[in-house]
Amino acid sequence: MYIARQIPRALELCRQVVQPTIFPTFSSKNPPLARSYGCETSSWPPRAGQRRTLRDAEEHRSYSRARRRFCTSPVAMHGHLDPPKPGEELRVTFIDKEGEEHKFEVAKGDNLLDIAQSEDLEMEGACGGSCACSTCHVIVENEEMYDKMDEPDDDENDMLDLAFGLTETSRLGCQVKMNEELDGLRVKLPSMTRNLQASDFSGAKKS
Amino acid sequence: MSIARQALCVSRNPLSSYLPPRVSRQPIYLIQRRQNSHAVKDGRPFRMAVLGSGPAGFYTAYKVMSSIENAVVDMYEYLPVPYGLVRFGVAPDHPEVKNCQDKFEEVASSPRFNFIGNINVGKGLPLTSLREHYNAILFAYGATKDRKLGVPGEDSLKGIYSARHFVGWYNGLPEHAALAPDLGSGEEAVIIGQGNVALDIARTLLTDVDVLRKTDMTDYALATLSKSRVKRVRVVGRRGPMQAAFTIKEVRELLNLPSVSFRHIDPFLFPSNIAKLPRTPKRLTQLLLKGSSTPAVSAQKSWSLDFLLLPKQFHSSSADSNDLSAMTFSKNSLVGPDAFDSSARVEPADGEATFPTSLAFRSIGYKSEPIDGMKDLGIDFDERRGIIPNDGYGRITSLSSDGTGIPGMYCSGWVKRGPAGVIANTMEDAFSTAEAIAKDWESEQPFMAGGQGWDALRSEADQRGLRSVDWADWKKIDAAEMERGKGKGKPREKFASIHDMLGVLD
Repeated sequence: MYIARQIPRALELCRQVVQPTIFPTFSSKNPPLARSYGCETSSWPPRAGQRRTLRDAEEHRSYSRARRRFCTSPVAMHGHLDPPKPGEELRVTFIDKEGEEHKFEVAKGDNLLDIAQSEDLEMEGACGGSCACSTCHVIVENEEMYDKMDEPDDDENDMLDLAFGLTETSRLGCQVKMNEELDGLRVKLPSMTRNLQASDFSGAKKS
Repeated sequence: MSIARQALCVSRNPLSSYLPPRVSRQPIYLIQRRQNSHAVKDGRPFRMAVLGSGPAGFYTAYKVMSSIENAVVDMYEYLPVPYGLVRFGVAPDHPEVKNCQDKFEEVASSPRFNFIGNINVGKGLPLTSLREHYNAILFAYGATKDRKLGVPGEDSLKGIYSARHFVGWYNGLPEHAALAPDLGSGEEAVIIGQGNVALDIARTLLTDVDVLRKTDMTDYALATLSKSRVKRVRVVGRRGPMQAAFTIKEVRELLNLPSVSFRHIDPFLFPSNIAKLPRTPKRLTQLLLKGSSTPAVSAQKSWSLDFLLLPKQFHSSSADSNDLSAMTFSKNSLVGPDAFDSSARVEPADGEATFPTSLAFRSIGYKSEPIDGMKDLGIDFDERRGIIPNDGYGRITSLSSDGTGIPGMYCSGWVKRGPAGVIANTMEDAFSTAEAIAKDWESEQPFMAGGQGWDALRSEADQRGLRSVDWADWKKIDAAEMERGKGKGKPREKFASIHDMLGVLD
């Protein structure tokens, strides 16, 4: 309960101190951990094992939107998502590479890349959601849910062919838009860095 | 704990920078104690020099700055303009691929990031000068040369171009802006190599030049292309289609070009049971077999993929012994337990093929080379593989001894793993190096002593008569380029000389 009580306070503190950049400046005179944020006891997102509720997520979400407005760079545009209208919320769960679940309520039409980026999940979207890379690769957990989606087009499949860890239910996050049928969607984020084995680096380069 | 396990223990969510990024899940008191420990140099920042401002440099910088809370990055670039091959390699008609620049710009907007352009580390500023002023140096300067064929006529005849030079030329890379390729002497072109660079060149030669006018391709390249007489392009590889390095998107683009036909590939080059192939080769095979919907009779231009041909000789013209007139290849055949495996090899077979052509492009791969002064830092260069020897995570290791690491020295991108792959691969690769750096810093592995970074080096650069360009300067060049492009309906008109780039700042 202490943690729950601290969240709004921590968020408020964050709003006050946030800098107009995605990288806060820290120095020895301005130690970030102890002073400004109070995040020792109320770290957000919660550490592994702590489940966060949809309400928590919504608070965090509104915060992350506020933060994004301080950003001046164009990429921050990905963070701008309108909140769903009351009664029209669609639920989506992202499972990150550590297996931690992140649940959000989103609006119809939001795509998975925009949702993940506005929630600061680890998803890159190197080409800015234009279906020209494979960095927003997601794996749909449930095959039935995958079948409810529109078929990926050639462009998307061409990019998926390059994705690491491709599965039968892989999609590009930028191409999956939420709708009523996909309410309750669960997707996994594949690891972005390959877990290299010694054999990958034995010098046996293809010629 | 294995290295693999260790490398995964760094920051769980580096994007959540609104809260201080955590390198580990250690209890808070451990982190506080660490800040007073020797490894963190009494609260002084972690200073890293990055050599190169392409995707490898930027993605590594991004992840390091997200993972180590007081990391300060100085990024050195030999040109006054950033982004490396995103600016000078990515094809002008692939603007969406360049969107990764948005992320790089976001990184550069951090007060913990300094762009130091127009400083050539190694040639202008000695590499050894950096050693005193940083905790770590990241080598991310990519592949600056290209591989040669080593066949007769390659160096002596006119009309033979390096793909790297040609791509640099149309993209406004200062060192190749004066290439002036002769595209008007014949209707044939032969491209040797079957990677995506080869297909980029084929597409450039076959695309209607009015389509390219809407891109950021340089004006002088558009002028040359508009006078091109090239009508038939052969893209030649020494192995088969199942071993080719190109990716499906680039093939599909070429097959979809209007008024351009494609010569069908002999089906014996493909496995008989396509349905059994894994997804990626299956889709590529299906596409290649389907070919183009433009029939040869109604096409203005055509292209083909020619397989199992090894370059043997360039021939000179009888009219002018300096001009290319034809190229001969000797035939190869696939060997091995599975000739359709992507790693299948070839051996010489009987027969030759000669194609008349006055234009040839060599596109068999890029090559990295060492920077002057690396030896003085104890860094070897693996000439055979064309990379800086490293442990696979980007920790630079010694070639000669037992492969021990060199404190504070890291690499990422093409100079780490060789010149292959798309930006997504470089991003993955950069992230793995960044995770190794963060992990080493966190676990108090030995680094260099650190110092004041560029603040301390600036005076040395001044003394050497070097003129540095910072990010605000680049933004002025950037704005001037976009302004120049406006009247022409182009996203930008690049400055193709260092003199003109710097001229914006005077």
